[in-house]
Parts: sequence; C-alpha cells; structure tokens
Amino acid sequence: MARYDITVNGTTRQVEASSSTPLLWVLRDHLKLLGTKFGCGIAQCGACTVHVGDQAIRSCSFPVAAVGTQPVTTIEGLSASGDHPLQQAWIEHDVPQCGYCQAGQIMSAAALLQATPAPTDDDIDQAMEGNICRCGTYLRIRAAIKTAAGMG
Amino acid sequence: MAKHSVSRRSFLKASALAGGGLVLGFSLAPKLREAAGAPSSGTHDINAYLTISTDGQITIYSANPEIGQNVKTSMPMIVADELDADWSQVRVVQAGLDTSKYRRQLAGGSQSIRQGWQTLRQAGATARQMLIEAAANRLGVPTAELTTAGGIITHQASGRTLTYGEVAQQAASVPVPNDVPLKQAGDFSIIGTSRRNVDARGIVTGAPLFGIDIEREGMLIAMIEHAPGFGMRLRSMAAEAARAMPGITDIFIIDASVPERQWSDVNAFTEKVVVVGTSTWEVLQAKRALVLEWESDGTPESTEMHEAQLTGLLDGDSNVQVGRRDGDPETAFAQAARIIERTYSAPLLAHNTLEPMNFFAHVQGNRAELAGPVQTPASLRRSVASACDLPEENISIDLTRMGGGFGRRLYGNFAVEAAVISQRMQAPIKLLYTREDDLTQGTYRPSYKVRYRAGLDENGNLVAFAVRGAGINESPVFANRFPAGAVDHYLAELVFMDSDVTTGAWRAPRSNFIAGAEQSFLDEVARAAGKDPIDFRLALFERAMARPVGDDHDYEAARFAGVLKLVRERSGWDGASVPGLYRGVSVYYCHNSYVAQVLDLTMSASGPIIEKVWCAIDCGIVINPDAARNQVEGGIVDGIGHAMYSGLTIADGRPEQTNFHTYRLIRMNEAPRAIETFFVDNGIDPTGLGEPSLPPVSGALANAYFEATGTRLSTQPFIQTIEQQPPQG
Repeated sequence: MARYDITVNGTTRQVEASSSTPLLWVLRDHLKLLGTKFGCGIAQCGACTVHVGDQAIRSCSFPVAAVGTQPVTTIEGLSASGDHPLQQAWIEHDVPQCGYCQAGQIMSAAALLQATPAPTDDDIDQAMEGNICRCGTYLRIRAAIKTAAGMG
Repeated sequence: MAKHSVSRRSFLKASALAGGGLVLGFSLAPKLREAAGAPSSGTHDINAYLTISTDGQITIYSANPEIGQNVKTSMPMIVADELDADWSQVRVVQAGLDTSKYRRQLAGGSQSIRQGWQTLRQAGATARQMLIEAAANRLGVPTAELTTAGGIITHQASGRTLTYGEVAQQAASVPVPNDVPLKQAGDFSIIGTSRRNVDARGIVTGAPLFGIDIEREGMLIAMIEHAPGFGMRLRSMAAEAARAMPGITDIFIIDASVPERQWSDVNAFTEKVVVVGTSTWEVLQAKRALVLEWESDGTPESTEMHEAQLTGLLDGDSNVQVGRRDGDPETAFAQAARIIERTYSAPLLAHNTLEPMNFFAHVQGNRAELAGPVQTPASLRRSVASACDLPEENISIDLTRMGGGFGRRLYGNFAVEAAVISQRMQAPIKLLYTREDDLTQGTYRPSYKVRYRAGLDENGNLVAFAVRGAGINESPVFANRFPAGAVDHYLAELVFMDSDVTTGAWRAPRSNFIAGAEQSFLDEVARAAGKDPIDFRLALFERAMARPVGDDHDYEAARFAGVLKLVRERSGWDGASVPGLYRGVSVYYCHNSYVAQVLDLTMSASGPIIEKVWCAIDCGIVINPDAARNQVEGGIVDGIGHAMYSGLTIADGRPEQTNFHTYRLIRMNEAPRAIETFFVDNGIDPTGLGEPSLPPVSGALANAYFEATGTRLSTQPFIQTIEQQPPQG
C-alpha cells in the first residue's frame, strides 16, 4: 500500500492503494467517480478512457503510480455543468443506445478536438478506433464530433 | 377528434398521491381476479402506471428493462400521447419488478412495443378521461365540451382552461371509466415525433445509471472463477496465498444450480470459485493468485469436431426433422434443367455486452434485495427463490439501465450467483465478471451450417428449393419463411447436435445467420437464372401473393415486396452503374417486420470499404423516428461487424478467444460511411424494431462483394476469405 495525492477534476485527492492499482479502480472504488467504465481490462475497448494531462489514456491499464502530478480529467469533470460541446452534440444527435461506452467515446473525442480542432475523417478514425461501441452508434459519434468541431 | 374503442382487458384503479394528485394504477383487485377465475399468482393483463402531481409534474413509470433499445423513452411516449401530456413535463422513472402491477417485464424478441402498445395507450387515455371528468365537474360543463392538449384542458366556448395539475387531486376520486376510446393514428401528437433519450444527459455526464455503478453501505465485491473449458470441473483448489492477500474477506466454492430450472437458467458452470473482498482490484489480484486444477468429464470438444459433426448432419439422414414439404421436391430436382447448391456456415458468437455481467444482491435471513441489469427479472426471481430456497414474495428486484443485452441478459445466472454468494456471506455484495469470465462462459450464438439447393427449369424459373440447416443445440431453419409459399416444390429440414457448449438467444436468433445465407444464395440463383436480383425476388413475392403454395407461410408477401420496391427506388438501383461501386441487395422478414437493404461498396488495397447501406423497413407505426433510425443503424453495423470479423473457436474444450485482443469486434473505421433509413408509413400497429435490421445485411454485403470480386462469401467471419483474396483497387 502506498499513499498517492492525485488531482482529479481539479481537486487533489488522497488515496491509499497498491502501486499496481489501475487508475480506473482508484476512480471507481476509491473516489466513487463511476462515470468511467470497465469493459475489458486490457486497453482494447476504450470504455475506461480518461485524460491524464491532455492525453486520452485507458485507465484500466494505467497504474495509479504513473499519474504523478499530472491532472486527471474524467467524464464528470469534462465540463462544469455537462455542457461541453461534445456533450451537447451527443445529445443533439441522440447518439447513445445502451450508453455504456459513451463516456469513453466522449473523452477520446475531447482529446482529439483539443489537439486537432478541425479533424478529418481519417483523424476521427485514428482517434476513435480504440473505442468499441457494441451497439454500433459509430455514425452518430462521427457526426457528433463534427458538430462539436463546428463542422456540420 | 376521431376515436375508436378498444375492448379493455385490464382493470384500472385510481388513488390520491401523497401530498395531492392522481395515481393511476393498473391492477386486478384480488376479488375481481377471483371472480374472473384468474389464477392468484403469475402474470396478468396488467401494465404501467402514472402519477400527476398538483404542480403538473407527470411521472410515467417505465416497466420494461432498458438494454439500449430505448423503451425507457418510447414506451412512456405512448402513454403521454394518449394522455395529451406536455412531454417536457414528463419525468420517466424505471420501475422495479412488480408482477402485480405490470405485464411482461421482459426485454427480448423485439416485443416490448408490440406487446405494450394497447395497454400503454389505455393507461394514457383513461387518465386523460378522468382529468376531463374532474374538470367538467369543476367548470360545470359537459365533458364533450372540453378538449385537451399539452397538459391543458380547455373549454372552448368560455375560453376557460385548467391544467392537469389543477384537477389531478379531483381526478383521483373519479370512478375509473371503462372502454375509453383511443386515438386514431392520424391524431397522434407525440408518437411519430423524435424525442431524445430520457437518460441522454445522464449518459453523457457519467451519471451512475448502470448495474456496475451500484454502491451500498458495507457492500463487498465478489468475483468468480469458472472452469476454463466446457465439460470441465474443479479437481483441486489451493487458495491460501490468495486468501492472505490484502482486502480479501473470503474465498469459497458455490453451487449456483437452480433446482427448479427454467429456460432462462442456462449456465455451463454452476460450480464456481468465489473471491470476496473490499475492492475490485484487490479481489481481481486474489482471483489471479488462485491455484486451481480442472479436469474433464469426457472428451473435450473442439470447433474442428463441431465442423465435422455439422457436415455429417448435412450429409447424413439421421435425426432429420422435416419442417415443411410442398409438392414433390425429389422429382422436381431430378427433372430440373440446372441445380445450384451451396453450403453456408457461421461460428459461435459471444454477446459481449460492453458492460460485463454483474449484479447486486443482499440476502438477509429469508429476504433478498437484488438490483442490476437483467432482461428477465420475473424469471430471475423464480430462479433465485429456487436456488436460495427463499419465498418468491420476499425477493425484490430493481432494474438498472443495461450496458447492452443482445440476448445475453435473458439468462440471469450471474444474478443467481450474486444471490447465492450474498446468502453465504449474509452481506450486501456486487458480483462482477471480468471480460474473460464473460467471454468464456458460454450462452453463445450457436455455430451453424446450412445447405441450400435450388432447381431451375430451362426458362430460369425456380421450380425446386431445399434447405437443410444444422447447428449446435438448434437448427437455424425457419421452415415456413420465405421462399416457402413461393416455390412449387419445397423442402425444409432441421437437424441439430448436442454439445457441452451452452448456447442461447443472440440478437435476432437464427435469423442473424440464416437471413444472410438465404439472401446470398437467392442472389446466386437469380444470377444463374439470368435475372436482376430484385426482379427475381419480386417475382417470387408475386407468386406467393397470387397463388401461394401451401397455406401457412408466415409472412405477408405484399409488405415484403413493398420494402423491396421502396429500397429499389430510393437507392436508385435501376440507375446507371457507377464505376468502381458494387451493389448488393437483401430482403428479410423477422419479428413481424420487413427489411430490404442495398449495400454499396468500393474495393481498396486493404479490402472492401462499405460506402453506404440503404435500408427500407416496414415496422408499422414508428414511435420515435430518430431513435428508431438509431436502432436500424446499430443493427446494420452489428450485422456487418459480426459477419465480417467475429467468431469464437473452441480447442480442447476451451474458448480460444478470451478478450478483445483476439475476439474481434467492428470498430469505427470499419463501419459503413453512411446509412439511410426509410420507414414505410402505413399506420399498422407497431412491430419489432430492435432486431430486424441486423439479419439481412450480411447477405447484402456478400452479394455486393460477389459483384466486386466474383467470390461468394459463404463462411463467416468473411474476413478470413477476404484476406486470402488478391489485393484489389
């Protein structure tokens, strides 16, 4: 067990966990931030995507010890009142079906738009290929990203 | 407003809401039930209820499980429409299991809307009538002079208005009227308009909506380890090291078998090693530290063995069930000018709901509280009562939003296990499967093999048609579906093999395979006959309409032809061909709905790129058009994805794919670039929507790919054949 001070959604939180504990389970079990989802545990589905610094990472395979002083942003902290352009676009396009993957999808898309404000279809494909939507809402996800980017 | 009456099948009761307002429930009062000779337990003709508070807030309880098919939005829309409510004042609450109030709390078979349609409308219409009567009393005018819209009752002559909230309290004491007329299709104001998912905001902000998000005071985390292969059992367990790890409360073995077994009690591994602890990661570490030895009961099965056995069933004559026979197929084939034959096959598939199996249970003494994602809560309660020896009436089940279903959560073994674990611990627990636990536990879509034969006369007319379908635990053949009824000499044969590998319903059971096989084969036949594939199919529908063969084919040929003509027109099928663009068509009927699709693809060096799928669907009245389009799109992506990429193989009794690094699911860059959906507007009562768009698309894909390459994709996953082709484009 070790003690970690990590900054999540702008607040510094102290957690006690073994160094191998994935950030996902620190968020869910220790901090009760339940928006970040468990899907595969091996960084293949993207349901657990959060930001560490400005990078989208798979928190199921990212040990808490590796966070250091970098700020962590989860879906709960993406915007103060749930009105990030991507969140608005997701609602406008009525993207979700079951909804389980969508927090991870939005976090991957948010990192994309931060780095590439006007992404091409290829940019979107590359940024989003790590996120599985089992319901198959991929076309709406793409459309919502473009709307959030002011591209349609 | 034109109205028509619908005979009432349920009794309604009203009462006052605490703090004022109307509660409208649907319940068979016990005395009435006895008088009607109805059984005192089991399911009744009952449905949802709603409340209206004095401030105008309308709460509609959504009784059916929400798996992503959007019933939590669309079913309350039906109530709200007949109520003439202001949708913006409606709050939807997920109801828990309550068989005394609700009818068919089940998600499966694309039947929620179909089965709920009349009763949900009655719920809204009856409440509206009671509000009108209360308002008529208040205003001293006849009810006939009052109209309703948007939650407001208006007396046109005097211009006076009352809101629903203002009369809700009085409405609660109005005798519940019988035979309230329902609207006609043209009078709907909410049905047929696009309304956003009522949980959308919660979903995009990370609200804890799912079973996996359940948190309770003192709750422990449980995980399981099941045998690594089918037909295997535990020989020995060394758990001392794991038990000593931090955060571990207990490690033990459970038997989660259900003595009074139901159809929903599919469970390949009732014997499970359980690890219980205080946090997920600690429990997972201890689970990995278990030293378990397993042994096989008999010869372990393999995909290779299954393939050989299925082929043997297609070639042999034992245990073949004739599902339908018209005319004299043997003679017709013997006299045919040309015979076309092809065998199609598809592998086992896992459901892979993105939210792994999980459930919360708290058993205390002879009471149990359960909550989580399950498509069959009423069946689950009986199973838990049996497995834990508890009185059914002492078991409550709350429903959460589900991170996907696809049929997997029809089978509630994981929830039974949660209850058994909690009963042993006498503590609240949340059971969570890892992806590996989930993917390797069975309940798969069966692997199938089907052989088609078609006989053409010298003019290219289809005179004989035969299908024999084999599968693990079930045959994929629907004997009375198309082209039954359209061919003079027809034979459908069913055969299956038993297996230790458990199988279950997977989105659009049997259809998810047989539709693509049939539609691919019919394309081959049309080509052999020298006919346009749409003309060829339309001629068969014409035949089924004009002079049907036999008397019990289970489709309406006119609606079938309708969607095919619609997609032909909208996709510009008859227009000039575009160089480099290859098209395939498919049409299929299931879940009482008709779907026709045209798929366009181009070829690149890395394989086919699906440019667009055009989809015409006749599912009757569409409740929520944009959400319905979403369902259609999802089904198409799902159908393409699994036919192209997915499959599960068995070696030495064990699933060879354990997680998404080896079990391939479709990703964004592989999805069609565009999907356009057209609904047939015919005012017919709604039919299935969650499944019907999936089955035919693998046929449209295979047909377009043949057009592009001359290679017929007959073995799923198609990618294996495609990757063996020389590069194109």
